[in-house]
Amino acid sequence: MTFDINVILDQMPQIISGAGVTLLTWIVGTICAVIIGFFVAVGRRFGGMLLDNVLGFAVAILRGTPFLIQIFLVYYGGPFIGLSLDPIPAGLIGISIYGAAYYSEIFRSGFLAVPKGHIEAGECVGMTQGQIIRRILLPEMTMLVLPPSLNMAVLLMKETAVLSIITVPELTATLSAIGAQQYAFVEALSVLALFYWVLVEITGRLGHFVETKLTRFRFFNA
Amino acid sequence: MSLPAIAVRNLVKTFGDTTVLHGIDLEIPQGQVSCLIGPSGSGKSTLLRCMAFLEEATSGTISVNGEVLGFTETAQGVRERISASANRAIRAQIGMVFQQFNLWPHMTALGNVSEALKMVQKMSRKQAEELAMAQLVKVGLESRAGHYPSQLSGGQQQRVAIARALAMKPKIMLFDEPTSSLDPELTGEVLNVMRDLAAEGMTMVVVSHEIGFAATVGQNITFLDHGKVQFSGPPQEVFKKPRNPRLEQFLDTYLDRGASMLL
Repeated sequence: MTFDINVILDQMPQIISGAGVTLLTWIVGTICAVIIGFFVAVGRRFGGMLLDNVLGFAVAILRGTPFLIQIFLVYYGGPFIGLSLDPIPAGLIGISIYGAAYYSEIFRSGFLAVPKGHIEAGECVGMTQGQIIRRILLPEMTMLVLPPSLNMAVLLMKETAVLSIITVPELTATLSAIGAQQYAFVEALSVLALFYWVLVEITGRLGHFVETKLTRFRFFNA
Repeated sequence: MSLPAIAVRNLVKTFGDTTVLHGIDLEIPQGQVSCLIGPSGSGKSTLLRCMAFLEEATSGTISVNGEVLGFTETAQGVRERISASANRAIRAQIGMVFQQFNLWPHMTALGNVSEALKMVQKMSRKQAEELAMAQLVKVGLESRAGHYPSQLSGGQQQRVAIARALAMKPKIMLFDEPTSSLDPELTGEVLNVMRDLAAEGMTMVVVSHEIGFAATVGQNITFLDHGKVQFSGPPQEVFKKPRNPRLEQFLDTYLDRGASMLL
């Protein structure tokens, strides 16, 4: 038995198509997760105690159960409530909601981390509540949540592998299938791991680049 | 007798079960430097924060040039909150400088000073930045206009914060321990800016541990302890012959530290 990587590389068009689906579910899912997570955090911060409790409960459930089970429930449980989804939309919904729970917590801690005095300084020069949120709270929060947000994006990318279980034709599903057809599991999984690692590296470098650009904004003494 | 810049009447402030201010009566005269001194926990910062409406008093009133801050009383004597915009108009007469500077870290020095000119006074960017630059010149920081707060020393940050408050043309400036988070070398540059401001006739209320500044620049000294005004008067009376035993004790700690040579 020899380690023959060419068996896998011969199937490049399929692999590229799988990588495309992975990138699609990851990027679209993460963007949706960030947006939903942001509104959840805003709702919890400014929407009163009832909304805070309801959303907090939902977030606790989403963070407290495995993603594998959540995605099963969306895909196979959907039809019970009249929601029959194709694999890719089901996967996107799964990633978005799961990610939103985590992003809402990242934003919530971001809101809390903006020093109260920075808000008071805005009040003292006559800015309205809306201006303070838009010009001070959100920009400062963005700087604070950037590192954990990128970290979460990387985690979500790796979670897209779980979508193979509901037959989303992404990278893991594609390479597992090739491995089975060619009887070359080790080669297939090696290529798979390499793909994810390269993607994570690229994301990490990009994130690092943005963070260095923002270091001058870091708090001096807060 | 002209209208006081700020008139505090029977002001009470409680946080939960703790009463921090027990019925304060105080007048801040126009065009003078009034200093609030007292030990930690005496309520001097809370009183100043009430004047800036960063804390809402539990009862009592604060009038700024005759207008009552934050609340109005109905005919039945019920206290009602006034609208946010009406209150902003009264608060616009007041500028505030904080112990922690509280500059916005994502804006340059010029951005910090011009922000409210653009947002609140709706000036064009160019006009706002010209005015902001003039304020930075005034505090001697025109060469630092493009720097972010993290690139400035503590003293420079506080001077930018003073410029930011002055840009809004307030009639009264409040200073909440403006030099307490600075080392002695940087304290001087901030106090000099404040001296210049006092010389121009700005009405100032300064909460400070800088007894030297209070003694040399202050025109009225108010000593607070346990949430009450213990003594109020001109600096000569306060520092030369303190007749209040608690004040005498308080000042002794400073005189021990070499401040006596300033008096």
